[in-house]
Amino acid sequence: MSTTTPVRTAPEGDERPHGAEEPGRVSGGLFDPAQLLKSLPDAFRKLDPRVMVKSPVMFVVEIGSVVTTALALKDPGDWFGWTITVWLWLTVLFANLAEAVAEGRGKAQADTLRKAKTDTVARRLSGGTEESVPGTELRVGDLVVCEAGDIIPGDGDVVEGVASVDESAITGESAPVIRESGGDRSAVTGGTKVLSDRIVIKITTKPGETFIDRMINLVEGAARQKTPNEIALNILLASLTIVFLLAVITLQPFAIYAGAEQTMIVLAALLVCLIPTTIGALLSAIGIAGMDRLVQRNVLAMSGRAVEAAGDVSTLLLDKTGTITYGNRQAAEFVPVKGTMAAEVADAAQLSSLADETPEGRSIVVLAKEKYGLRERHEGELAGAEWIPFTAQTRMSGVDVDGRKVRKGATGSVIAWVEAQGGTVAADARKLTDEISQAGGTPLLVALEDDKGARVLGVIHLKDVVKDGMRERFEELRRMGIKTVMITGDNPLTAKAIAEEAGVDDFLAEATPEDKMALIKREQAGGKLVAMTGDGTNDAPALAQADVGVAMNTGTSAAKEAGNMVDLDSNPTKLIEIVEIGKQLLITRGALTTFSIANDVAKYFAIIPAMFAVAYPGLDKLNIMSLHSPQTAILSAVIFNALIIVALVPLALKGVRYRPMSADAMLRRNLLIYGLGGLVSPFIGIKIIDLLISLIPGIG
Amino acid sequence: MSPVLSGVLQLTAVVAALALVYRPLGDYMAHVYSSEKHLRAEKWIYRLIGANPRAEMRWPAYLRGVLAFSLASILFLYLLQRVQGALPDSLSLGFTAISPDQAFNTAASFVANTNWQSYSGEQAMGHAVQTLGLAVQNFVSAAVGMAVAIALVRGFARSRTGELGNFWTDLVRGTVRILIPISVIGALVLVACGAIQNFAGIHEIGQLTGGTQQVNGGAVASQEVIKELGTNGGGYFNANSAHPFENPNAFSNLFEIFLILVIPFSLTRTFGKLVGNVKQGYAILATMGLIWLGFTALMMWTEYAHHGAALQAAGGAMEGKEQRFGVGASAIFATTTTLTSTGAVDSFHSSFTGLGGGITLLSMMLGEIAPGGVGSGLYGMLVMAIIAVFIAGLMVGRTPEYLGKKIGTREIKLAACYILITPTLVLGFTALSMALSSPPESILNTAGNSVHGSGAHGFSEVLYAFTSGANNNGSAMAGLNANTPWYNTTIGLAMLLGRFLPMVFVLALAGSLAEQQPVPETAGTLRTEKPLFAGLLTGAILIITGLTYFPALALGPMAEGLS
Repeated sequence: MSTTTPVRTAPEGDERPHGAEEPGRVSGGLFDPAQLLKSLPDAFRKLDPRVMVKSPVMFVVEIGSVVTTALALKDPGDWFGWTITVWLWLTVLFANLAEAVAEGRGKAQADTLRKAKTDTVARRLSGGTEESVPGTELRVGDLVVCEAGDIIPGDGDVVEGVASVDESAITGESAPVIRESGGDRSAVTGGTKVLSDRIVIKITTKPGETFIDRMINLVEGAARQKTPNEIALNILLASLTIVFLLAVITLQPFAIYAGAEQTMIVLAALLVCLIPTTIGALLSAIGIAGMDRLVQRNVLAMSGRAVEAAGDVSTLLLDKTGTITYGNRQAAEFVPVKGTMAAEVADAAQLSSLADETPEGRSIVVLAKEKYGLRERHEGELAGAEWIPFTAQTRMSGVDVDGRKVRKGATGSVIAWVEAQGGTVAADARKLTDEISQAGGTPLLVALEDDKGARVLGVIHLKDVVKDGMRERFEELRRMGIKTVMITGDNPLTAKAIAEEAGVDDFLAEATPEDKMALIKREQAGGKLVAMTGDGTNDAPALAQADVGVAMNTGTSAAKEAGNMVDLDSNPTKLIEIVEIGKQLLITRGALTTFSIANDVAKYFAIIPAMFAVAYPGLDKLNIMSLHSPQTAILSAVIFNALIIVALVPLALKGVRYRPMSADAMLRRNLLIYGLGGLVSPFIGIKIIDLLISLIPGIG
Repeated sequence: MSPVLSGVLQLTAVVAALALVYRPLGDYMAHVYSSEKHLRAEKWIYRLIGANPRAEMRWPAYLRGVLAFSLASILFLYLLQRVQGALPDSLSLGFTAISPDQAFNTAASFVANTNWQSYSGEQAMGHAVQTLGLAVQNFVSAAVGMAVAIALVRGFARSRTGELGNFWTDLVRGTVRILIPISVIGALVLVACGAIQNFAGIHEIGQLTGGTQQVNGGAVASQEVIKELGTNGGGYFNANSAHPFENPNAFSNLFEIFLILVIPFSLTRTFGKLVGNVKQGYAILATMGLIWLGFTALMMWTEYAHHGAALQAAGGAMEGKEQRFGVGASAIFATTTTLTSTGAVDSFHSSFTGLGGGITLLSMMLGEIAPGGVGSGLYGMLVMAIIAVFIAGLMVGRTPEYLGKKIGTREIKLAACYILITPTLVLGFTALSMALSSPPESILNTAGNSVHGSGAHGFSEVLYAFTSGANNNGSAMAGLNANTPWYNTTIGLAMLLGRFLPMVFVLALAGSLAEQQPVPETAGTLRTEKPLFAGLLTGAILIITGLTYFPALALGPMAEGLS
């Protein structure tokens, strides 16, 4: 039984653990070195200049490689020229490899999806008759029939009937879901399979633009567009490339004046070492991998912009039910009226709830067992018992056995029952129920009629149970500078109590869709970015207004259309992970940019003395790594520059480890690792490479 | 007292004096640029030029004001020099008209707040040009720089408007309420120290060794004070602040250093005030101060510690330095003048040690932002802050923002254009000069390595000339005859483009920022008022500039200094 209508049953997959990771903490996907090999053909295909030109930094490297190749061909005996040429090409290839590997991870998933997209035959209704047409010929507004065993031919809404549908092709979740006409569970997705019953579907999407098509495009990266921050970063990298191009081009007249003219091969090597190749090579892989991390968590971002916005979110709107609390109220306490023992209340409460199969009823039995050691009795154990099930009219349940009548239910109903039986209502019963209501709970009265007459025994305190770990989670979010707002249909009193218990910063009680919309607009007017989840059609405007709108896959197609992300697991808690993934993406980009720029210092110390120590012997003092010879010095810098790309591919794909902490702490940590690390590591790396090269006979 | 100790004590005195005036001057300037009231004198000026002081300008209008005013100034200054020969002797001191290329160079130089001088003041410019032309530009070119900086600050401070204030109001107020009052006081101090202030003609003076010398009179003290205060640097005399009439003694020398630094440093307080968070100003101040002190310390070390018997006997590298200032004060002056866009000199930069010369070069190459020219230092530093925030700010997991404004595609595009300008001008023109046949002949010092012509030092001189011009410094490493049509024209272009192109991007940036709605600060926001950020900004400036110019510096000062 229940005194309140459940808002929504707990979404499936809510309790599903996310792999073996610490719950909710974002970490990277797996990186398998074998992927490098598999992606090699793609890496070669990407050498096409028309593709390369999209990454200005690597395009410059490719031009440099072409130039050195031409020069090496002119002088085939020059081992130095050839070696530089090979390593320059490898630099370009490594960059392409990084991108290909990142894309490759989505390809496997796309293949699975394609299988679901086998050509279906649709049973189209036209003028009351059924005709068979290929799924690809369906138009928006067509009505199609699906029965058990049919593959749904396109995205649409159920307009007639109820059916269980297997959506595992998309969600990976094998348990079937119910789809029915009207309400918030009417959306069906093309490629899923009807398991039972018959439904009529109104097609809402053109073939080729269905959800599954978009998913394939997304995971393959075909639909990937550069995000605003990525574009901005590309502009900065291009301008740094121009600066270094200028520094290298103008160097030749200076060198000639100094009597130390340089070969084009050396100048090309210097240029490639200076321009930010590390980040230039990995930038698009970072973006693809970020989207991929979402896909691995069963979230589809319809635009990369939304992923970036997720990192910037400063207000999270979270639905109370299912996100902050378990979906249902649970019994928390038995409170006796004066003159009654708590155990007595517990006994009566348990007895009267045995016939109540609602989650609330079950929770009463569980509490009685856990707290008062009352063994759960079964209906069959009590001979001659007359069970009174819960109905919406009586709003009570109970049992009549051995001349005793036990009831429990909504306050008004139970009082009316007691009075009708000629009993008395204890003076403090009202007070107790009021107290529980004020604390945000729901009171249920327990009453008994026996030889002493009808009377109220006590009160059951039902309350929303906040999920474990939510308080800590919100605390972390606060440290990250993110405000959490709980959205609930409860009255303000109840809402406040739960908000305090869960530790959210704010709450919106008795929320209507208009209230939600107004709240989002208010936050945005203050310059804040807002993220929310939703599933109903009436959530659609708010989902569209929010900067990050995550629609539940169980939701209506209007909601899915309005949001910029879809969660296939329909788990609202995932919003927090989405924010973390967004932040991780930005951090990875910043870390590798910083690393890349810091790297250049060491390369100068390797190459400049190698170029000019002959003309100006004093400059040999800059050779602080004491590299073997000018050739090995330049070669070592070029090789380091290429190898560091490969070395950082796993980091680009996995993302920099992210822990919630203040911006200050995070900056200090990352500056130390990627700034200082980027400054120091090439000195060591170049020295080691130089040592190895100088051991090669004929060079050393 | 040891020379080193005296240098350190003088440095301490300058820092103390700057600290003393930092808050009052900074707050006063914030008041000047935000006050609603107009002085009577200002109203007359507005009526005279037909400007409406209350009209708000969007960035294109503001820029048009800057460019129109500067273009008019260049034309006036150019014509004034060209007609000098026709002026009465009392105004021209009998000097003839300046040649077209030199007149263009000088006009560009003074309007661009550079004050590169390819002439000798006492042998070319009469009272009219000096006082009506050059001295006036010393005031207004400085005020233009401050106006642009204030416009950028308003871009940060304002939201959801494209309006950046009124150029004419900012120009007039900067001149009337800030530069003129301080100059009057400063000139009196300099006169008290012994600087001259008259309209006397040329005197023939007998020398101790026989022979005669010509000595000019002139309104020197008044021009000297604005030369430093407005980070201009154009001396009345060729010897600039090494000349006793401009800079008579050790105190006046320190006072001039103070004048150079006082507005650029105090503007960080003005900035903090106007954006509503003085701590943001302190972070910028800390960055500027760190670089200035660091470079000064480095300069003192290289000049004091330079090896060689003669140098040690003199207590340091005394060649080209004035006895009355010594190594320490000359070192402070040299870094101060090159880290600001001043270019005044009290010693001969060509005679600094190789590494010392490198420090003056690198100081200018940083873009003169620590603390930089009046106004230009602040806006240059803020652009670097935007770049630093963009690169490192991502590491806190948010798209970059500075002072509540998002650094998006448009902002980074403008900032990237800004940082491209000076390297392009410096390296481009230097490379052209080295590649062509005749420009290297201007290098006078041919006594170097016969294989390499005048060697690394000669190259440094050319590099220095264009670095100085494009960064609007104006100091010279001498040893280079820059009064040729090639150098007059190219350096003139470098000065104009190096001054006004950046302003275009700064004002566009200001407009873009002003239109934005501010993002509220949260615990997840990069804290740009913290020491960590000041350190990060310093690192970003040094690395980005260092990487750009490392090869050029290696072939010039490093090749010379490390040998």
